[in-house]
Amino acid sequence: MSTSGTHATDASSAPLHIRPMGSHALLIELAGLAEAQAFHAELLRRCAAGVLPGIRDIVPAARTVLVDGLADPQSIAAEVRTWRIPPLTADEGPLIEIPVRYDGPDLAEVAGLWGMSPDRVPHTLGALELRVAFCGFAPGFGYLSGLPAALHLPRRATPRTAVPAGSVALAGEYAGVYPRSSPGGWQLVGTTDAVLWDPRREPAALLAPGTRVRFTEEAGR
Amino acid sequence: MSTENTAEAPEGPAALDVVRPGALTTVQDAGRPGHAHLGVPRSGALDPPAHRLANRLVGNPPETAVLETTLDGVTVRVRARTPVTVAVTGAPAPVRVDGRPAPWGAPVRVPDGALLDIGRPTAGLRAYVAFAGGVCAEAVLGSRSTDLLSGLGPAPLAPGAVLPLGRAHAVPPAPDSVPWQAPPAELVLPLLLGPRHDWFTADALRTLASSGYRVSPSANRIGLRTEGPVLTRARHDELPSEGMVWGAVQVPPDGLPVVFLADHPVTGGYPVIGVVPEDRLPAAAQAVPGTLIRFDVRRPVRY
Repeated sequence: MSTSGTHATDASSAPLHIRPMGSHALLIELAGLAEAQAFHAELLRRCAAGVLPGIRDIVPAARTVLVDGLADPQSIAAEVRTWRIPPLTADEGPLIEIPVRYDGPDLAEVAGLWGMSPDRVPHTLGALELRVAFCGFAPGFGYLSGLPAALHLPRRATPRTAVPAGSVALAGEYAGVYPRSSPGGWQLVGTTDAVLWDPRREPAALLAPGTRVRFTEEAGR
Repeated sequence: MSTENTAEAPEGPAALDVVRPGALTTVQDAGRPGHAHLGVPRSGALDPPAHRLANRLVGNPPETAVLETTLDGVTVRVRARTPVTVAVTGAPAPVRVDGRPAPWGAPVRVPDGALLDIGRPTAGLRAYVAFAGGVCAEAVLGSRSTDLLSGLGPAPLAPGAVLPLGRAHAVPPAPDSVPWQAPPAELVLPLLLGPRHDWFTADALRTLASSGYRVSPSANRIGLRTEGPVLTRARHDELPSEGMVWGAVQVPPDGLPVVFLADHPVTGGYPVIGVVPEDRLPAAAQAVPGTLIRFDVRRPVRY
């Protein structure tokens, strides 16, 4: 028996809409974030197996996956339609633990919106296994999915002009960590010393799409 | 031989001293394709054929880093033990070595200590200046390109900055002629509809096909902003961010189309009405503000 919950992640039966994006790319639109992640994982599996040559960029996003640099989008489009896409399994992708000091300026406000005391926030976040759904905004900024609906938050009404590098932040259905100082409107709950972006490292981004993330609590200083 | 304003030949490798950076001069090569999934823009020369040709004229591999100037050229002093071969392509512009006229679109030997000046183009916007051996700014993710959106790569040129040059290869015979297409009075950009043309009214699609737009003065390496009639949306809900490509024509809330160029964001949350093919983007990058643009709208491919 499938509950509505498991049904929503069964991407194999989900409709897939292929939209044109110029003459060398396809924008593949899925029903939702879970389906987009499952499709992206399947695309990476097939690329790794060497059965999809000639793709330059694969850009996952919230509801879509962009496939760019195609010599023949028509044939890739026809092939994609034949795929059966299994839902994501919980242990897919590497797991990274990010130590967090819960010293963010919005911690009390977030706790209030969640209906708990601030000292419960580390445990609430730390109990979740999040997953990098996609990157954007800045090099190495990963949008972490996996927050239950009850923990979704609005952005701040007024964005900050400078959010420090390493800020652990929440907005909408996502969590994220600012790889460098930049303007931002997300709610800041803590700080990490983890290096999110290092161009001399391979890969340069700590949080590449498909990476699983767990926030662990580090003692305050 | 060295010129009179050089006290002694430099000991180190060849380099450029920036004297006048112009409105905007950056180091550019073929950019960083393949890193979009990490949030890294593609970047690279906006006029790739001009970039490759400049390198060919000085005997460099085609993807070697060069200088890309904007609007009013650049002035650098060359420091080298032996003369450096230089070539200027892209927008045709006056080239001077220590004040003496030198050819555009051909290899030029620049001796140690000489001042190389590229002036304001007579047509077009961006000139490409290749140096034998290449501009050796530090590479990030395999590219020396300056990315103005994300800040990756070397900083734009500033007065007093020093850029090292690499070791030169043998200079091949120069081609007899350099192909160059003068920018037309009207920039016609084919536009393949999709992926989000259905977010616009039928009126908006007619307006796009039948009206002229002009290149905005705020156009830059991120996008060719335009001025003209507003495109009205049929849907007003929020579009979740999705992947973007070079040439994507995004329509922000002001309703004016923006043709994304090399430093475009990897994802965007405004609908893309259509895409300009890559082979027309060099012409788009050479269009000066005020140039008339006509979009030649083509039906979307059905998959």
